[in-house]
Amino acid sequence: MNRVNTAKFSLIAIAIGAAVMAFAHWFHVDYLFFASYTILQFIVLGTAWNILGGYCGYVNFGSAAFFAMGAYSSVFMHKFYPLPIPVLILIGAIVCGIAGLGMGYLTLRLRGSFFAIATLALAVVLQTLVVNWEYVGGSRGAYIIRPENLEFAGITINYIEYLFALMLALAVIALATARVIERSQLGFGFATIRDDELAAEACGVPTLRLKLIATTLSGAFMGMAGAPFPYYIGYLQPSSAFGLEYAVNSIAMPMIGGTTSWVGPLIGAILLGSAQQYATVTISSAVNLLIVGLMLVAFVIIAPNGLIGLVQEHLRARRKP
Amino acid sequence: MDISFDLLLNAIAAGLLLGGFYAAVTAGVSISFGMLDIVNIAHPAFVILGSYLAYFININFGVDPILVSILMLPVFYALGTAVYQVYYLSFEKRGQESLRGLAFFFGLLFVTEVTLILVFGVDYRYVEAAYIGPSIHIGLVDLPLRMLVPCVSALALFGAIELFITRTFAGRAIMAVSQDQLALQLMAADPIRIKRIAFGISIATAAVAGALLIIIQPVEPSVGREYIGRVFAICVLGGLGSMPGTLIAAMLLGIVESLTSTFYGPSWAPAVSFGFLLLTLAFRPAGLLGR
Repeated sequence: MNRVNTAKFSLIAIAIGAAVMAFAHWFHVDYLFFASYTILQFIVLGTAWNILGGYCGYVNFGSAAFFAMGAYSSVFMHKFYPLPIPVLILIGAIVCGIAGLGMGYLTLRLRGSFFAIATLALAVVLQTLVVNWEYVGGSRGAYIIRPENLEFAGITINYIEYLFALMLALAVIALATARVIERSQLGFGFATIRDDELAAEACGVPTLRLKLIATTLSGAFMGMAGAPFPYYIGYLQPSSAFGLEYAVNSIAMPMIGGTTSWVGPLIGAILLGSAQQYATVTISSAVNLLIVGLMLVAFVIIAPNGLIGLVQEHLRARRKP
Repeated sequence: MDISFDLLLNAIAAGLLLGGFYAAVTAGVSISFGMLDIVNIAHPAFVILGSYLAYFININFGVDPILVSILMLPVFYALGTAVYQVYYLSFEKRGQESLRGLAFFFGLLFVTEVTLILVFGVDYRYVEAAYIGPSIHIGLVDLPLRMLVPCVSALALFGAIELFITRTFAGRAIMAVSQDQLALQLMAADPIRIKRIAFGISIATAAVAGALLIIIQPVEPSVGREYIGRVFAICVLGGLGSMPGTLIAAMLLGIVESLTSTFYGPSWAPAVSFGFLLLTLAFRPAGLLGR
């Protein structure tokens, strides 16, 4: 039954995405593709963060590091041996999955806060490495010339539409994975870690192995979100790839939406992502980041379970007057 | 490459001076993270806030930055107690400090940084003081006053904290909280009040550390991020809350960073602290002086 649901779920998600795509294609609105690409990217990042943060209760502040690692593995491959983007996404996933596993292995055996601190420091160090690595552009950054169109089986596809479709597929995969995890034994294992790790360990839950699975999955999805980014942006610079906005957004979106379910990051990413697109155009990008930061602080204090938690509380209150 | 002796000597001297300053930045984290178990990753943001206050008052009224920071101590103390109160009521009391508490501090870090960018812009800012230019020469070693003054002030601050914690009643109460909060409660003392005081002190040290930072180097809002890795590396290596351990670890990191930037170039220095942190976590999580 679960499998049927997942298939149905994926179909519905793809149908919604295809509708958006057809709409934008029909009206020739390129901006809509650019804007919704960013939102889809944040859906992937937020969902990836939530697999570790929301399900296991371990905070990863290094989303920007994983994202940039994915992006820079694409830049490296672009210079070394150009490959189609789906392959690059796979490479990004492998690189970041291994990085996540390594980080987790070194720090997750200790108290939870050490992992958080290590991820925070990881971003600074990777940025140092990339700045000193001339091959991928160093501190000057790297240009990736994006072709205008893509020829595929005799059909010409607009490149930004192609990127959008890829990111849409990634978002569907990420959401479906999160949803499957939530309902599987793995998800219950994660939840025991979140609720009481010591008790879980005592009951025979292999906590370290589960945590490592979560960090690997989470890192891999963040890398996937980053891999097509150089082609989207055209010019990749260390300070933009490692921007703190990726770290703060991928935490703020699940926190604002709600961390216990796959719906949370989705709602958070759509709400916060569209609000930011709007604010960046109308106000300024610094102010919009300030708003995200303030919303994060406000939500963790006032509504610890996010919007989903607020809705659930409201429903519960109505049920028993 | 043959390493010339006086270059090596100078690099080590510079590292010791830098280490003294790192000790001042880490002192606050040693109290909050090491003793109170509050993962205050926003500490470097408070340090940068201290830098900007020192800058603002120094440029507009010509007051010495270190004097400004001493005048700012009560303000930062009050800020710290306020932050702790919010943290306690929203997270610690409900047992949610691990996930949401961390996100809260991360949000604070972010909000402080973006606010500073909006107010002061992203240009590098610096202060003016008589001791920023000249340096002392002892034998082969150059000691720039720009580094020496912060180092000496940092050591003074560090000594004052150590004396406060080991000799005064309030200080010993903080040690007691860090050892066993429940036991303290059973003796009819209020651990929350003591933690509030301790957290206030930890943020107050950020005022001084910030002023010292802007004496050593020009500051822009995102500089604080480099210090997150450093302070936590030092704090963990120093054995979480042990003041002598923190000082030794800070000196060690200072020397290693200074050697790295002398022999490999300054752009590599930020990576050192992370290597330090990972190696410590992997091989000696209890720290240098840990049991």
